[in-house]
Amino acid sequence: MKTKFITPIAAISVSLFAMSCGQQASTEKVVTGNAAEKAYVAPGEHDEFYAFMSGGYSGQITAYGLPSGRLLKEIPVFSMYPENGYGYSEETKPMFNTSYGHVPWDDSHHIELSQTDGEFDGRWLFVNGNNTPRIARVDLSTFETVEILEIPDVAGLHCAPFITENSEYLVSGTRFSVPIPQKDVPIETYKENFSGLINYVSVDPEHGHMELAFQIEMPGFNYDLARNGKGKSHGWSFLTTYNSEQAHSLLEVNASQKDKDLMAIINWKKAEEYLAEGKFTERETSYYHNLMDEETGIVSSKEMKKTKILNPADCPDMVYFIPVPKSPHGCDVDPTGEYIVGNGKLSADMSVYSYTKIMKAIEEKNFDGEIDGIPVINYEAGLHGILEKPGLGPLHTEFDGRGNAYTTFFISSEVVKWDVETKEILDRQPTFYSPGHLVIPGGETKKPDGKYLVAMNKITKDRYLPTGPELAHSAQLFDISGEKMELILDFPTKGEPHYAQAISADKVKPNAVKFYDIAQNKHPYATLGERKSRVEREGNEVHVYMTAIRSHLAPDNIEGVKVGDKVYFHLTNLEQDWDVPHGFAVQGATNAELLVMPGQTRTLLWEPNRVGVFAFYCTDFCSALHQEMSGYVRVSPKDSDVELKWGLNEALRNNQEAANKFYEKQKQEREGLASSNK
Amino acid sequence: MQKSKAPRVWMSIAILSLIGVFFFPLWQITLDAAQFPEGLRMDIWINKISGSSKNIIQNVNILNHYIGMQYIEPDSIKELKYFPYVNIGLIVLGVLAFIINKKWSYLFWVILVAILGALGIYDFYLWLYDYGHNLDPMAPIKIPGMTYMPPLLGEKDLLNFYVTSYPAIGGILLGVATISGAFAFLSYKKPKRKYY
Repeated sequence: MKTKFITPIAAISVSLFAMSCGQQASTEKVVTGNAAEKAYVAPGEHDEFYAFMSGGYSGQITAYGLPSGRLLKEIPVFSMYPENGYGYSEETKPMFNTSYGHVPWDDSHHIELSQTDGEFDGRWLFVNGNNTPRIARVDLSTFETVEILEIPDVAGLHCAPFITENSEYLVSGTRFSVPIPQKDVPIETYKENFSGLINYVSVDPEHGHMELAFQIEMPGFNYDLARNGKGKSHGWSFLTTYNSEQAHSLLEVNASQKDKDLMAIINWKKAEEYLAEGKFTERETSYYHNLMDEETGIVSSKEMKKTKILNPADCPDMVYFIPVPKSPHGCDVDPTGEYIVGNGKLSADMSVYSYTKIMKAIEEKNFDGEIDGIPVINYEAGLHGILEKPGLGPLHTEFDGRGNAYTTFFISSEVVKWDVETKEILDRQPTFYSPGHLVIPGGETKKPDGKYLVAMNKITKDRYLPTGPELAHSAQLFDISGEKMELILDFPTKGEPHYAQAISADKVKPNAVKFYDIAQNKHPYATLGERKSRVEREGNEVHVYMTAIRSHLAPDNIEGVKVGDKVYFHLTNLEQDWDVPHGFAVQGATNAELLVMPGQTRTLLWEPNRVGVFAFYCTDFCSALHQEMSGYVRVSPKDSDVELKWGLNEALRNNQEAANKFYEKQKQEREGLASSNK
Repeated sequence: MQKSKAPRVWMSIAILSLIGVFFFPLWQITLDAAQFPEGLRMDIWINKISGSSKNIIQNVNILNHYIGMQYIEPDSIKELKYFPYVNIGLIVLGVLAFIINKKWSYLFWVILVAILGALGIYDFYLWLYDYGHNLDPMAPIKIPGMTYMPPLLGEKDLLNFYVTSYPAIGGILLGVATISGAFAFLSYKKPKRKYY
């Protein structure tokens, strides 16, 4: 028993040693031919694919272009983002509400793009927050986070949010088992008191809205990763588990003892039937659902209090287990839906299962006992075959649609290409260093675009110019269109990308919103027209209805604000052209700035704590006279009788009147149009 | 001798062309600059101004205000209100000329169209002149001696913009109408088979 877990550790030290001497030479060896040409996208040209990478401990998502490796945007998701005011503006603050209160950070792991008929449809992107269990939805027309749903009673939502082939569900399992419901028990009572939940979050096909449909209560293991069936295996979910030892301390040793852990196999169509029959127990709990309104851009937050739990012991034929060699991590289903790859990360071999054989074994009840009422399918009966000695530390597998699989090996630091049907190893290429996930555009769908592969490495060391002890992570792009994989590009990434998904740009680009139509702006504090800009006082709250257009803010002189007031700057960007954001910053603000897109309204709260005259200005270099786009707000003592007053420079008034007339007219026209359209 | 059908055929083309003026812009002014890769295009119709986006007027006005040009306000341009009636009038008179089918009726009509067309272009020139020269003395950007009149016909550098101004389909149709009217008049005396 002992030698079994010593072997990988010996392997780690051997590979680390190998890394330290002479990897430079092998980099030179692997970069051959016209690599630069293959990754080259000429200035002004667009990439062929978008790659969306999770940010890990940054809590965000980054969008890159492939094959150039250009960083296109960081999309803030689970972490507040002073760069554009996300999480700081009054509109977006509620996005961070959870049953634990306002949680301004998370650990984002797995990107899942919405699918229709087993292919990416380019509508939404889902990503999990690991630490405070949450799932977020990003709208791919605006590249903005529009919804976050908390998942109750789980711990470390790692096994999420894996999508089904028509985006019916996001399958999301708990990484850590915990007492459910939470209670004060000794940790050593793990085996009696701890269990895990697999959550099925439904997605509304029209708007993408998420809802926790049901939870399945499972034995207290660690649920790690999952994939859903496709084609013939649609309706089933496959989830890897580790720590079937049920250790609660020193897991690196105690959870690595068994020769085999388990893969959970869930028939979710059956679960739907049980749900419809009412075979669930309803439980009181607390979790938050935060949703951005499309017309106002305001996030509303709602506490949910009930969940529906299905127990496999009461629901036969819904859940099965099948053994997987030693501590599996990835669990990947090939494009045909027939083969399921279970990567035992401490195993010397990889197990490939056959959906048809699993179904046959279930039919024939070829079981080796059961765990908590869940039948355990005979290992050999479900097995398609074993990929022998492919490398060390297999983690994740993606597919190219030509019958090949590509698996990352963390310990031996390489990507291995193999034939799924014949289990024959076709090629192996080193990565620098120690890859975690990998991504092929569409690599988890029915129709992969098997042109490129990106390996996301966990160790960077000497790959780039040094930046002190803390380094960017490193991604490596391979051309996989030929027989051998060819390394063509290295690029640093933000945070720690775990999983990524890549999609043909043609599916996303045509839907990209250039600016928000101001006629559709239904924000209650919107200022639709400069003439409507004003300041209102309600007790100690001051509301500034401010507009921005090149190159002035209106009003730009405000007096009558007092120490202790809560001043809300509601800034509406009146521009209606592409790429003309305006920003807003005011001295003494203890939160952040606002970056307001054309047609949008955003609100910053400012609580002046001293007397004086304070400057505010536009933070985005919007135009030739951007430096002039500024103003003053006068703050008087609490008991002062300075009247509330606001305005724009007198000398400019005539021009402003013309402008106002114009905008008013435009507005009326649009309203006229809107009402005639009704 | 049977009357030639040619004048009526030409007149029909002229009338249809004038009807077409309601469906196509008369003139097109484009502004090109590096930071507007998608271009700024204004389409001047007989009754409205449109362009490369539905917000084209606002976007051009924002740019223009830096150099003190007046705001373009289609509602205050009265020509856009009465030109459609003038065109309808010409169409009605054209139909009358067609019915009368006399040499004088075609001549009268073509002279009227030519005069009104020339006046229209002159009026357009005056508008362009006014926009380009009547500048706000408070403008943030003032360049001594610089005026910003777009070309009536042709291309010109105006600060960072390269401005192009040419007739669009509607303008061409107006030309076709005038020429067809002239042919209606000219073909009247011609022998039938030459034009038939």
